[in-house]
Amino acid sequence: MVRYVLKRVLIALLTVFTLATVTFFLSKLLPGDPFMNEKIPTSVQEKQRAYYGLDRPVTEQYLIYMGNLVQGDLGTSIKYVGRSVWDIIREFFPVSAQLGLIALVFAEIVGLLFGILCAQYRNRWPDYVLMVFAILGIALPSMVIGPLIRYLFGVQLRWLPVGGWGKPEQMLMPAFVLGLGTIAGNTRSMRACMLAVITQDYVKTARAKGMSPLRVVMKHELKNSLVPMLANLGPMIAGVLMGSFVVEQIFVIPGLGKHFVNAVSTLDYPLIMGLTIFYGTFLVVMNLLVDILYGWVDPRIRVK
Amino acid sequence: MQIIQRNRLDFTPLSPDELSGEEMVRPETTYFRDVWRNLKKRKTAIASLVILALLVFMVLFGPMMNSYNYYSNDYSAANQGPSGEHWFGTDTLGRDLWTRVWVGGRVSLLIAILATIIPYAIGMLIGGVSGYFGGKIDMLIMRIIDVLMGIPSLIYDILLIMVLGSGSISTLVLAFTITGWLGSARTTRGLVLQLKEREFVMASTTLGASPMRIILRHLLPNTLGIIVVGMTMTIPSVIFAEAFLSFIGLGITPPNPSWGQLIKEASEVFKQYPYRFIIPCIFVGLTMLCFNLLGDGLRDALDPRLRS
Repeated sequence: MVRYVLKRVLIALLTVFTLATVTFFLSKLLPGDPFMNEKIPTSVQEKQRAYYGLDRPVTEQYLIYMGNLVQGDLGTSIKYVGRSVWDIIREFFPVSAQLGLIALVFAEIVGLLFGILCAQYRNRWPDYVLMVFAILGIALPSMVIGPLIRYLFGVQLRWLPVGGWGKPEQMLMPAFVLGLGTIAGNTRSMRACMLAVITQDYVKTARAKGMSPLRVVMKHELKNSLVPMLANLGPMIAGVLMGSFVVEQIFVIPGLGKHFVNAVSTLDYPLIMGLTIFYGTFLVVMNLLVDILYGWVDPRIRVK
Repeated sequence: MQIIQRNRLDFTPLSPDELSGEEMVRPETTYFRDVWRNLKKRKTAIASLVILALLVFMVLFGPMMNSYNYYSNDYSAANQGPSGEHWFGTDTLGRDLWTRVWVGGRVSLLIAILATIIPYAIGMLIGGVSGYFGGKIDMLIMRIIDVLMGIPSLIYDILLIMVLGSGSISTLVLAFTITGWLGSARTTRGLVLQLKEREFVMASTTLGASPMRIILRHLLPNTLGIIVVGMTMTIPSVIFAEAFLSFIGLGITPPNPSWGQLIKEASEVFKQYPYRFIIPCIFVGLTMLCFNLLGDGLRDALDPRLRS
C-alpha cells in the first residue's frame, strides 16, 4: 500500500510539474507584448520589463517562476490591477466549490439510484425510460440544456430565479445542469456494474438462503458494484469542473469559472495561466485521493 | 495395430460427385463482414447510421439549396423568423441561418472527424511500438502518458489554442491532436500486449518480418475493431469540446460559423429568438446521440461475449 501511494504521489507531482512547465513555455510563445505601447517612452518600458523580470534570460525566468509557484505565488492579474491570482482564487473559488460539490453529490446519488433501478428492472419499461434519459443527458451538453431550462423555469414559468448565487433556490437549476452529465454517465456505468454482479454466485446464494430482495441489493449487489464506480469519480470531478465554466456563465454565478472565461475574452494571460495551474493541481490532488481510496478499497488495484 | 491396418485396406477413393461435400456451402466471411451482419440486426445503430448519413448529405449540399451564403450581411432582413424565404430565419446581421447551420455543421463535423482520426493514428503507432517492444521504451511512454493524462485535455487545449491563435479549423485540430493521442495509445498498447503472443505474430517473426512490418501489417489491423468503437465514441466528445471552446470564446472566429459558434451567438439572444438557439442545438444533440448509439451498437456487434 505504501509503495502504491508513493508511486501515485510521484506521478501526481510530475503531472503538476509538467503542467507548470508547459504553461510557462507556452506563455513565452504568446503573441503580443503587454508593455508595447507607443505612448510609453522606451525607458519606462524597459523599467517595467525589469520590474517583472522579463529582461532576464528565459532559463532564469523559469527558475524564478517555479520558485514562486512552490511558494504559492501564481502571478498577478493584468485586468484587475494589483490583484494577485491567488487573491482572486480565494475570493471566487468557494462559490465554484460549493456549486460543484452540490452538483456532484446530487448527481452521484441520483445516478447510482437510477443505475440500480435500471439493473433491477432490466429490459423492462423503467430501464428503457431511464436509459433514454441517460443517453439524452450524454448527448445534450450543458451549453444546450442550460439556456433551455433557464428559459423554461426562470423566464416562462418563473418558478426559479434566472441567476445569482447564495439562496438555495438559486442553486437548484445550476446544480442540476452541472450534474446532468454525471447523472447520465453514472446511470450507464452503474447499470453495467450491477448487471455484472447480479449473475455472480454469491448473489444466487444470498437469494437461496432466503434473504429479502432489498437486503440482497443493499448488502451484496450494491457494495460490490460500488468499487468499480470509484474509478469513475476522477473523470466526474473533472467534468463538473470544466462544466462550471459554462454553467457559471449561463446562470451569472460569481464563481471562478466565470472569471476564467472572462479572462479568456479579455486576454488576461497571467490570470489564465495562474488559474490553469490552479485547476490542474486541484484535479491532480482530487485524482490522487480517488486513486488512494480505490487502492485502499480494492487491494487488487495495488498490484497492477 | 491390427485394426488400423485393416482400415487402411478398406479405403476407397470418393467418387467425383461426393467430393462436392468438401466445398464450403456458405460464402467465406471476413471479420468486418461478420461485424456488419451483427450490426445490421441492431435497429438503433442502423437508424443512427441513416440519420448520420442524412446529416452528412445536408451538411454537404444544404448550403446549395438556396441562394444565400453564410457571410453576407443584409440589415434589411435582420432578425427574421423562419419563413419561405429564410427557412431557418436570419441572425442579427441578416445572415441566412439555413446556410449558416449547414456550413457550421460542415466545420464542426470536419473538426470532429479530423481531430479523431489523426490523434488515433498517432496514438495507435505509439501504442503499437510501446506494446510490441516493451521494456524501457514501453515504461517511458507509459509514464509520459500517465503524467499527461492526469489533467483533462481541455485544459491543455485552452492553453494551446491561446498560443496557436484561435479561430481556424487547423488550429483546433492541431490542439486536439496534441492532446488526443493519449487514450488511443494506451488502448492500442493493451491490445498489442495480448496480440503479440499469438501464433500469427510468431509465424511472421520466424519468416523474418521486420518489427515495423509486424506492427503495421499484423498487430494494428487486428486492433482496428476496438479502435473503431473508440473513434465513434470520441467524435461526440470532440464536437462537445468544439462547442465548449466556442462557448468560452476560443472556437472558430466569426463570420465563420460552427455549431458551437452558432449556439454561443444564439444563447445571448435566447429570450428574443429561441428558434435560433434550438435549431443548432437539435443538430448537435442529434449528432452526438447518433454517434454514441452507433458506438454502442458497434461495440456490441464486435464483442461476442455481449451477443445474446
